[in-house]
Amino acid sequence: MATLARLRARLPALREECFRRNGAVDEYRKKEYKAAVKIQSWFRGCRVRAYIRYLNSVIIIIQKWWRGYQGRRYFRKMVETAYFIMKMNFYNEMAVRIQKRWRGYYVRKYTHNYYALKKYLEAISVNNEIVRKELNEYAEMREKEKKKKDLEKKEKEKDHQARKMHYLLSTEQIAGVYNSPFRKSPDPMELLLRKSKPLSHRQQPAKNHLICDWSNCTRSLTFPTAQPLPPIGRQKPQGPFRDTAEVLQQRYKPLEPTLRVAASINSLEKAREEIKREEWRNCVHDNEFLPFSSYHKKEKYDPSIHRSGRYDQETYGIKHFREVQPKKWIADKLLEWSGMWNTSQI
Amino acid sequence: MTLSGDACFLLRPGVMALLRPLLLDVVPTIQQTAALALGRLANYNDDLAEAVVKGDILPQLVCSLSEQNRFYKKAAAFVLRAVGKHSPQLAQAIVQCGGLETLVICLEDFDPGVKEAAAWALGYIARHNSELSQAVVDAGAVPLLVLCIQEPEIALKRIAASTLSDISKHSPELAQTVVDAGAIAHLAQMILNPDAKLKRQVLSALSQIAKHSVDLAELVVEAEIFPVVLTCLKDSDEYVKKNGATLIREIAKHTPELSQLIVNAGGVAAVIDCIGSCRGTVRLPGIMMLGYVAAHSENLSMAVIISKGIPPLCTCLMEENEDHIKAAAAWALGQVGRHTPEHARAVAVANVLPTLLSMYMDTHSSEDLQVKTKKALKNILQKCTYLPALEPLLHDAPPNILKHIVGQFSKVLPHDSKARRLFVTTGGLKKVQEIKAEPGSLLQEYINTINNCYPEEIVRYYSPGYSEILLERVENYHPVL
Repeated sequence: MATLARLRARLPALREECFRRNGAVDEYRKKEYKAAVKIQSWFRGCRVRAYIRYLNSVIIIIQKWWRGYQGRRYFRKMVETAYFIMKMNFYNEMAVRIQKRWRGYYVRKYTHNYYALKKYLEAISVNNEIVRKELNEYAEMREKEKKKKDLEKKEKEKDHQARKMHYLLSTEQIAGVYNSPFRKSPDPMELLLRKSKPLSHRQQPAKNHLICDWSNCTRSLTFPTAQPLPPIGRQKPQGPFRDTAEVLQQRYKPLEPTLRVAASINSLEKAREEIKREEWRNCVHDNEFLPFSSYHKKEKYDPSIHRSGRYDQETYGIKHFREVQPKKWIADKLLEWSGMWNTSQI
Repeated sequence: MTLSGDACFLLRPGVMALLRPLLLDVVPTIQQTAALALGRLANYNDDLAEAVVKGDILPQLVCSLSEQNRFYKKAAAFVLRAVGKHSPQLAQAIVQCGGLETLVICLEDFDPGVKEAAAWALGYIARHNSELSQAVVDAGAVPLLVLCIQEPEIALKRIAASTLSDISKHSPELAQTVVDAGAIAHLAQMILNPDAKLKRQVLSALSQIAKHSVDLAELVVEAEIFPVVLTCLKDSDEYVKKNGATLIREIAKHTPELSQLIVNAGGVAAVIDCIGSCRGTVRLPGIMMLGYVAAHSENLSMAVIISKGIPPLCTCLMEENEDHIKAAAAWALGQVGRHTPEHARAVAVANVLPTLLSMYMDTHSSEDLQVKTKKALKNILQKCTYLPALEPLLHDAPPNILKHIVGQFSKVLPHDSKARRLFVTTGGLKKVQEIKAEPGSLLQEYINTINNCYPEEIVRYYSPGYSEILLERVENYHPVL
């Protein structure tokens, strides 16, 4: 029990001591704990760092190799492309040279062919010459035609004049105006006069007017007049009178005599005299039957009837007058026919 | 019904009011004579024509046209023609009172005189503008006119051809209508007819058809007018030549292929001869045709040069008095010379550049002439390397032309030593030194290029005022004794 009491007496001191020691340990515990932690962490850190260092070095080797590999690949690619580009440039150059030559050739041969152009231009000038020549010929031909027409017209005029002036022809006795005795040879007009026929005084045919004269008012117009016009200003008279126009027409109707009335009484004698005068006028020779000396010599001798026939007496006129054809006589046949006639009537 | 100068006096007593009832007279001769009087009055003066329209005479005429005899029809058509020829408003009045249908009915008549009068009236109406032409076409006149062309009477053919020409000149659609009626074949056949006035009208009609578009021109060409048309260029009548040249011009202006066709047929030579033989405005279509052909391509231009086209153009430029013909000749020369140095050389050798320059500088020339000569000069000078022809121009040219001349020198001189020598001996270098140019301008660059072709002493020798400098040096020189 004493120990117990001693122990119990020591208890609070123990307790306090316990507390004190735990507390003291506690104090140190934190410190020691922190120190331990520090040491451990440092050590661990060292370990890890060493490990990392190791890893790093390893990784560096790997990465070194890997990057070298990548870089070589990349370089290889670059070299290939550069080579490719170089090749393409070269090919382009060569292609340009070929195309240059070809295009120059093609253009010179086909598009802007100098020689073809020259030939074409020469052909054009040749063609032009031909065309000019032909056109000149055409123009000359037209000129000639025109001249010919003019000449013909002049000739016609001259002929017409000569025909009109036929009376100026020279005769044996009287030399005409154009055939003066002092000239060596007669004037051409004289020759024309000799050739031409005298012109009879007939009406010239009316020239046909062109249609375009019509509305240009170049000539006076004639419209067909059917009826004479009635007098102006006459008022219609009252009553059952005939139309004024009709009356006037009837009153002033022109005379249209028949042929018998129009012919005069002694027209027949006059006509006969007229014919005689014309015949007397027209005949050139009065002595119509004047023989020419050689005319009789050419005449053949016609013997008379007496001389041309036999030297007998002609039986005609003495023995018989007419021809006689007994076969045509019907006198004996008449009886038969009359017999037939009678029988037919019954 | 005599036509006197003081016909307006007849207006005062109201002659229209007097003539109008006579148109309805019983006697046909009176009607015809009254119509003829109206026609002559309207023909003389457009005031009288207006009085005819205002006097309400046209409806009566139109109504009675259909049932009367041929003399009345001729007279009435004459009135309509006389009224319609003065102005579009009067022609419109005729259209409004229904005159076109009756005229078309007259075209179907048997008498050729009636047909001619009706066709003439339609032609004068259609001449004014395209609406009236369209009205004439809508009335159905075109097929009948094509039939009229085939008639044997020459006067009727002439009038029908001139009417077709008047109809087709306004627009491509009208020309197409005329072509659809089959007119081209008949017109092409009539080119061979010997009558000169008919040829005038036929060529005019074909050229009015061909001028509108490429297709119409090709249709005209397919009617085989070449080379027959070239004989028309040799005709004795001036207007036949003019209209023939007009036709060829209208065909040539559309495309290079058509121009090529004309060149191959020898058309260029014929036109050049035609230009050489005519004087005055008759030449103008031929000149323009050469210009159009040369404008298309350099081969065609070379063809024009080979066919000896430049001398006639030069003579035209120098001889003619009218400015528009000169302007056309200058334009044509510009088109010929603008393609390559060869062409420019051919033009320059003909010694025509000084003439062009003088016309450009002349104050009496019209604006148009000045503009055209300037363009022609510029075009030719930009390609000209023939230096002897450029020399004389150095002395007279104004600055804007001088720029081109000096430019050409600066292009040629660096490469050709003989030319350099010639340039010095003819005084060109001296002239170039005298030119005052703004520094930095194109002219100054050209001058510098030229100066660089020569050694410095020579350039200094020819610079203006050099003699004074030398004399000053003489003055300041102290002789060494």
